[in-house]
Amino acid sequence: MKEQKLQVFVDIVSQYFTQFNSEDLVIDTPYLSENCVKPKVLDYTGVIGISGVLKGVVYVTASTDMLCDMLQMMKETVNDDMMIDLVGEIANTISGNARSKFGPEFHISVPFVFKGSPASVILPKSERSFIIPINWRNHSGEIVICLQDR
Amino acid sequence: MYRLMIVDDSNIIRNRIQRAYDTDHFMLVATAKSGVDAIDKFTIHRPEVVTMDITMPQMDGLECIEKLMEIDPNVRILVISALSDKATGIKALSLGASGFLCKPFSEEQLVEALDELMQD
Repeated sequence: MKEQKLQVFVDIVSQYFTQFNSEDLVIDTPYLSENCVKPKVLDYTGVIGISGVLKGVVYVTASTDMLCDMLQMMKETVNDDMMIDLVGEIANTISGNARSKFGPEFHISVPFVFKGSPASVILPKSERSFIIPINWRNHSGEIVICLQDR
Repeated sequence: MYRLMIVDDSNIIRNRIQRAYDTDHFMLVATAKSGVDAIDKFTIHRPEVVTMDITMPQMDGLECIEKLMEIDPNVRILVISALSDKATGIKALSLGASGFLCKPFSEEQLVEALDELMQD
């Protein structure tokens, strides 16, 4: 994936947080990570499979503190099920919004969500991923993009 | 008072819509978590207005719109989806949806979209 496409996701993440006091959002400098290193995951992770014009995965991983704070801001009940729901919905929204740039052949799956570390590596070892680190109200999260041009 | 059904696989989005819609004009009669669930509940509760997600398990929202339009061609459907490309919006409208709202959305945008839906 070329770096220009990364900017699409940076803009979408920024736009997503406008509903949650976006002035509290800091998007750190994105970086490349080798997938042969075990991918970093925080407490909750929502994964979207991508097919069509690009192939791979987009995942959002977030700390419990971040998701709790977001749920409270949304006046939602804070529990495990809602944190799983929220991280899946963030992943779905960020990936779905990318279709405005990549077009209708950028196919997204329903979210696959897990808590804690995955049992197996979810990224192809031969590829590299772009990591977008975010900090919102001093809580950590990352958006990981591993996409191959077809 | 219009009978409303909310279709989305996310609890958070369903709750958000439930909190935001105008209770002077809409009465919630059902919520559904998938297209299959929506068709079952549609035949029972016969809502006049449906908010419809697209990316859902079992049956997606576009297929569900087609089936709901076969059951009741007069139903008004507001698609609420993260899929923000024009082609998806056009496809949804061509299948019979009456409006499209992109996620993430504010409560004000939802109220406005539902109002517009009923004015058409």
